Amino acid sequence: MSRFLRLVARDLRLALRQGSDATIAVMFFVLCVVLFPFGVGPEPNILARIAAGVIWVAALLASLLSLERLFQTDYEDGSLELLSLSSLPLEAAVLAKTLAHWLVTGVPLIVAAPLLAVLLNMDAEGFGILVLTLTLGTPILSLIGAIGAALTLGARRGGVLLSLLILPLYIPVLIFGAGAIDAAINGLTPRPHLLLLAGILAAALPLAPWASAAALRQAVE
Amino acid sequence: MPVFAGSELTCLRGDRLVFTGLEFRIAPGGALVLLGPNGSGKSSLLRVMAGLLKPLRGTLGWDGVPVSDDPDAHRARVQYVGHLDAVKPVLTAVENLAFWAALAGAADPAANARAALDRLGVPHIAGVPGRYLSAGQKRRLNLARLLAAPAALWLLDEPTVALDRAAIALFEGLIAEHRAQGGMVVLSTHTDIATPGGEELHLDDFTPYADEDDAEEAGEGEYEEEGTEP
Repeated sequence: MSRFLRLVARDLRLALRQGSDATIAVMFFVLCVVLFPFGVGPEPNILARIAAGVIWVAALLASLLSLERLFQTDYEDGSLELLSLSSLPLEAAVLAKTLAHWLVTGVPLIVAAPLLAVLLNMDAEGFGILVLTLTLGTPILSLIGAIGAALTLGARRGGVLLSLLILPLYIPVLIFGAGAIDAAINGLTPRPHLLLLAGILAAALPLAPWASAAALRQAVE
Repeated sequence: MPVFAGSELTCLRGDRLVFTGLEFRIAPGGALVLLGPNGSGKSSLLRVMAGLLKPLRGTLGWDGVPVSDDPDAHRARVQYVGHLDAVKPVLTAVENLAFWAALAGAADPAANARAALDRLGVPHIAGVPGRYLSAGQKRRLNLARLLAAPAALWLLDEPTVALDRAAIALFEGLIAEHRAQGGMVVLSTHTDIATPGGEELHLDDFTPYADEDDAEEAGEGEYEEEGTEP
């Protein structure tokens, strides 16, 4: 377990010293959402109606931004070879790196989301559920994204390929994430949506590191 | 006494057979120097030995037990130094090294890392971020990993690239010391690294076909033969 935490700590330290990855994702998220009032007009009713969907779509795109770098630098400087030769199983290493990625890029999105909800005039009933769905959903985005990042490792223009591979897989998360908020605002129970999101997370937690590790083993051959 | 050996090793890269029917055997304290022209498969063999690359055919054995039976145990006794130095530009030398030592299970990784840098003759770079290190210093930092995270079997792919003469002499001393303690070393090189009593393995002896045209035809035959195997 301590090896796992060492790797998480190393990735956090790398991210904090480089600085850019963490701030870029959250800045992109904020800007992306802020663009909508300009595009669809400042009418409060329209904005309130689309708020949940807009915030969720922006969160998907923001989490995609930094995914390409998830394994890229380790692959290029040879660290990935050493990681796959270390006594920490590669699946655990993937999970550690994904956790670090989520802490750096996912958590700031969760923090920023309520502010953007105010900006878009979202109903106050939706705020708690918005934070809850993002808390359940952003780890799924990082986990599924890790598979794509591992598969596109070493490919030219891997970032574009990654988006094409991963965005379709994000659709269920988007549907249940935005659906839960809409349900709460319209006075229905968001419980089924939340349970489905939690189910996806429970499935992705073991499966995604396993699939990513298999792809990484191919990449280091 | 543990013995690391390979038999009937065949390695395929892309659609090219790199070597076939390769045999080697290393006893404790032994050294194996891989020789051969560029592309003869020195790096591939080292990667096969490390377990990064699966041989198309043949087995690796540790003490007569196939390595593939327990890859985790094999990883624990191997330390691999490849072409890439795995140095993070924003981490200091000692942080870089301590991470690998910790991953290998060292009790006090930072102390291990500092001691290893001392042994490699570069204690002054401990607090320097990776991005300010020269190629030779990065290489020494990478080699320091062998000491900071000890393992029985060293697999070294051209370890002396970018090193100055003094560092090469120092490194030869480290190899001798490792062997004296019963460790094993496999290294590939184009320069001379003194390994007294070490065996040489000429990889061009195992290159399947010297002639390019023959190689293609025979290569296809190899595939068919492979296809008929269960």
